[in-house]
Amino acid sequence: MRLELSEVTKSFGAHRVLDNISLDLEGVRAFVLIGPSGGGKSTLLRILAGLERAEAGRVAIDGTALPSDEEALRKYRCGVGTVFQAYNLFPHLAALENIMLPLEKVHGLPRAEARERAFGTLRRFQLEAHAHKKPAQLSGGQKQRVAIARAVAIKPRLLLFDEPTSALDPEMTAEVLEMIEELKLEGRDLVLVTHEMAFARVAADQVAFLDEGKILECGPPGEIFGGARSEGCRRFLGKILRY
Amino acid sequence: MPAEIHELEPPLWHRAASFLLAVAFLAGVFTFAFSTVGYHWNWRSVWVYRALFLQGWLVTVVLSAIALVASCLIGVALALLRRTPFLPLRYLSRICVEIIRGTPLLVQLLIFFYVVATAFGIENRYVVGVLTLSVFSGAYISEVIRSGIESIGQSQLDSARAIGLTTVQTYRYVIFPQVIRQILPPLAGQFASLIKDSSLLSIVSIGEFAFNAQNVSSYTYSNFESYIPLAVGYLLLTLPISLWTQSLERRNRFET
Repeated sequence: MRLELSEVTKSFGAHRVLDNISLDLEGVRAFVLIGPSGGGKSTLLRILAGLERAEAGRVAIDGTALPSDEEALRKYRCGVGTVFQAYNLFPHLAALENIMLPLEKVHGLPRAEARERAFGTLRRFQLEAHAHKKPAQLSGGQKQRVAIARAVAIKPRLLLFDEPTSALDPEMTAEVLEMIEELKLEGRDLVLVTHEMAFARVAADQVAFLDEGKILECGPPGEIFGGARSEGCRRFLGKILRY
Repeated sequence: MPAEIHELEPPLWHRAASFLLAVAFLAGVFTFAFSTVGYHWNWRSVWVYRALFLQGWLVTVVLSAIALVASCLIGVALALLRRTPFLPLRYLSRICVEIIRGTPLLVQLLIFFYVVATAFGIENRYVVGVLTLSVFSGAYISEVIRSGIESIGQSQLDSARAIGLTTVQTYRYVIFPQVIRQILPPLAGQFASLIKDSSLLSIVSIGEFAFNAQNVSSYTYSNFESYIPLAVGYLLLTLPISLWTQSLERRNRFET
């Protein structure tokens, strides 16, 4: 995909979360955002997901600018798959129903077809044994994998992940990252906010480092992890990779 | 899914004996009190009016049932108004709820009955009574619903938006199904209150259970022979609700 940001700004109250960000990436498949908490990476992802609106600037994916009115933005959201850190699934619905809900109510599939596709998606990720379980009966990793399956089932043009493993223990983190990698290998475009640097290094083809609302650095992972130019990024990586 | 958790519960005979002991204690206290006061029971004269009791009780059941449905509708409306982006409506809902919850039903009944209903030409006292009761109870229910809606986390609302649900769909498929299960116990408690509160309709001469019992009391010059059946009649309605509430609470505890 081609991802263009030009002079994107976003504030919450007096706090400027994204400060005049510009970027133009051509042919990027896996774009990973790293940086300290509060640096603006989640906000940028939420803008790409159509959940927040930039107050200034332009965001375009494959040449099409993201709309600014809510209804057009909702239509845009229908075409992308977003997975958050936790509590993605609706607790009153079983795994299968969670996947069926957008297929049936948003994308207008007949119930039987929605069911079939939802079940097929679960089977693809070896989750069919959990189809009829409520989220409370699933492990954290299983919940995230079902959430990813829900995002994939709608056949999105783009997958967005906002720290999808931050609430998980290392073993579950691995199973979720494996799934994301699998999706990347089958050629899906994705944007990922993560603290898993080892994963960013192998899976990303572009990494951006955000701090204090600015992109301080952006490039292939080899470049960023090999020798970051900016002081902020070097310090961040030095701290996070020490242990 | 019915999950079963075996709490550490004392054996049946232990519970039965304890229950009887508690009942005996209460019965003892009241038997002592009534005999000390030297109250002369005269059930025969009251028994003559048994049909009046039954009729009043049925009127109470019907009035409460209507008010129950109406108060739910009013409660949902007030709760939704409370969340609209249009500020005047939000304030309207808020002010109504605060005034209704902060003032006695008695005063509301008198104002509605003698002023509002008269001004708007509503003649039927039963209609006015049920409406007032519904608005009163609706204010409480709206607070129950509002807190239920607010308990749905922001992350779920984000997820709903992310998958492309509209606002109406989010309420329909995500919020309400969860809210309803969650608020059933406090809602049931509110229904029990509603049934008891309906006794106040007697002050505007609505022929419900309490009104008829008062009448019987004055026809027969009796006191407690009229009011004890009244208490029992209300318990017959509220006790099942209370037990149902407790079983709902137990079930919810297991499921979460």
